[in-house]
Amino acid sequence: MSKLFKPKIVSANDLFAGDVVYMNPGFGWTRKLAEAAIAHNEEAAADLLAKAMPQQEKVVGPYLADVALDDDGRPFPTHFREKFRTRGPSNRTDLGKQSVNPERREPLAASGGI
Amino acid sequence: MYRYDEFDAAYVKDRVNTFRGQVNRRIDGSLTEDEFKPLRLMNGLYLQLHAYMLRVAIPYGTLSSRQMRALAMIASKWDKGYGHLTTRQNIQYNWPALKDVPDILDALADVEMHAIQTSGNCIRNVTADHFAGAAADEIEDPRPTAEIIRQWSTEHPEFLYLPRKFKIAVTGSPNDRAVTKAHDIGLRMVRNDTGEAGYEVIVGGGLGRSPFVGKVVRDFLPKSDLLPYLEAILRVYNLHGRRDNKYKARIKILVHETGIEDLRAMVEREFEQLDGPSVALAEEEVARIEAYFAPPVFAKLPQHSSALEQAKKADAEFAAWVETNTDAHKQSGYTIVTVSAKAIGEAPGDLTTAQMDVLADIAEQYGHDELRISHEQNVILPHVRLDDLRIVHAALADAGLATANANLISDIIACPGLDYCALATARSIPVAQDIQQRFADPVRAKAIGEFKIKISGCINACGHHHVGHVGILGLEKAGIENYQITLGGDHTETTAIGDRAGPGFAFEQVGPAIERLVDAYISLRANDNERFLDTYRRLGLEPFKTALYDNERTAA
Repeated sequence: MSKLFKPKIVSANDLFAGDVVYMNPGFGWTRKLAEAAIAHNEEAAADLLAKAMPQQEKVVGPYLADVALDDDGRPFPTHFREKFRTRGPSNRTDLGKQSVNPERREPLAASGGI
Repeated sequence: MYRYDEFDAAYVKDRVNTFRGQVNRRIDGSLTEDEFKPLRLMNGLYLQLHAYMLRVAIPYGTLSSRQMRALAMIASKWDKGYGHLTTRQNIQYNWPALKDVPDILDALADVEMHAIQTSGNCIRNVTADHFAGAAADEIEDPRPTAEIIRQWSTEHPEFLYLPRKFKIAVTGSPNDRAVTKAHDIGLRMVRNDTGEAGYEVIVGGGLGRSPFVGKVVRDFLPKSDLLPYLEAILRVYNLHGRRDNKYKARIKILVHETGIEDLRAMVEREFEQLDGPSVALAEEEVARIEAYFAPPVFAKLPQHSSALEQAKKADAEFAAWVETNTDAHKQSGYTIVTVSAKAIGEAPGDLTTAQMDVLADIAEQYGHDELRISHEQNVILPHVRLDDLRIVHAALADAGLATANANLISDIIACPGLDYCALATARSIPVAQDIQQRFADPVRAKAIGEFKIKISGCINACGHHHVGHVGILGLEKAGIENYQITLGGDHTETTAIGDRAGPGFAFEQVGPAIERLVDAYISLRANDNERFLDTYRRLGLEPFKTALYDNERTAA
């Protein structure tokens, strides 16, 4: 029985701010999971990670994380750890990504470090 | 309080400058993360789930008002307006930017503080009884000992790359408030037959994945032999401690695998062979350090304060706080105040900038300028006049710091857990908050009595769950958070590792389970003064297991 492949994204922490970032389809970095590049098979996942690993001047500790896709094909985390990483401390909703209005799409250049 | 001499000050500033250069080289790409990581860890800088985290040492938990204000300023200027007190008398900042960390360390150095050796496989921040120098039950102030160890262990060339991290705690009182039996080395001040003060030396305690209660390696160590004997233990550990397996590398495993008798023989042999006089501190140097910890000049006051008694009569809430949050002071007319950093619904151990400033003001005006951080994540005002308690309480209340819950069920130790920590497997803080809310009624909490809940968000046990009367350990099970409960742990001189009650609970089931446990305890206790721990020791696990599990099935 072949193992079913789960879609994957590459996540890391920003070198400067330390916050959570995701690799985007242009092999740059975004702070929004919705903008992450999605690997639909093993080969694409390995390729994404290979593109991330040398970018040490921007990020720390890139790794592959499982995601599921909603009806519009946008990724969302399947593991609770990754869910918390998209938000911030659950006891302080005024801090971290969750504190920023999700509708406000900041230009990446202005969001620091990337 | 200890004050840096010229050497200390120059050394700490030098370290900041070195680290500043390392940060700059990381930012300009000259250093890879693999190269930089050990350097930042040596300076207390971790990378956590959502941001960097800087762990600042508060040696033996002692702070002046000036230092507390500096901690507040750092939280306000470079972080997000708060800091987190840890179970090892450190304070952690959860949101610093990498480029700002050298400036933070500079600001710390200005007030004689640093983050050196708050990470890495070295001797970590030396902790001590938070009532040191004030407690009525104390043989001697343990802080000179802790300071001597701090100086000896800071950048000790032989012990910077140990098999694993190494934690030392010191208590000067027979009532152990420093958890000495759960440390790599614990020192308990004792007197020998001739009345001379020395140390009982305990080795190989620890929590984490494999919890062990420390064992006595030396019944009585003369104070003058302190450093040579510690050096002997560390040498034996450095040579024989396992380096093949991270999970078996702590000295507790060496003690367990070697046996305390053989280990003692190895230590004593090393102690005999090493050049003791070259390691021991000269008497005059010991005296110099001890002088820094001379007690403040206390006023001559009667044991009884009529101002206090009148205030208690007039204000029941104040009276309740005095009863729970003050302890016996060695000086007549004074008391020790425990300031709860466990307001109902707040993260245990979090202090805002404003709260830190208020604590500094109170300590300055009413507390001989001294503050302590306890391993239980509270703040101590060690020297307060009974006559001033009313005004101190009012000032604390205005700052949300007057929760009357010291040692009660809502005085919970909780590690940062998965809300912050990259190692965590589950959240701790919201579990603590839920339990606090359930037992928010002070009358009920008081009726329950001393009840120590300790929560860790992973097996590493920063939340000391093994030694909680009730321990809660957050793990991951089948993709969700799952919490194991242990019962009967004890963090005092009668240290005990709690017994695992049974299968774990889902996140939202923990609070109800604790409620059932408490109800069972109330119905089973011999009298109102029998603590949960005593009832547990008398009756064993079974009735509490029934309360935790059988009732759950009935309710479902």
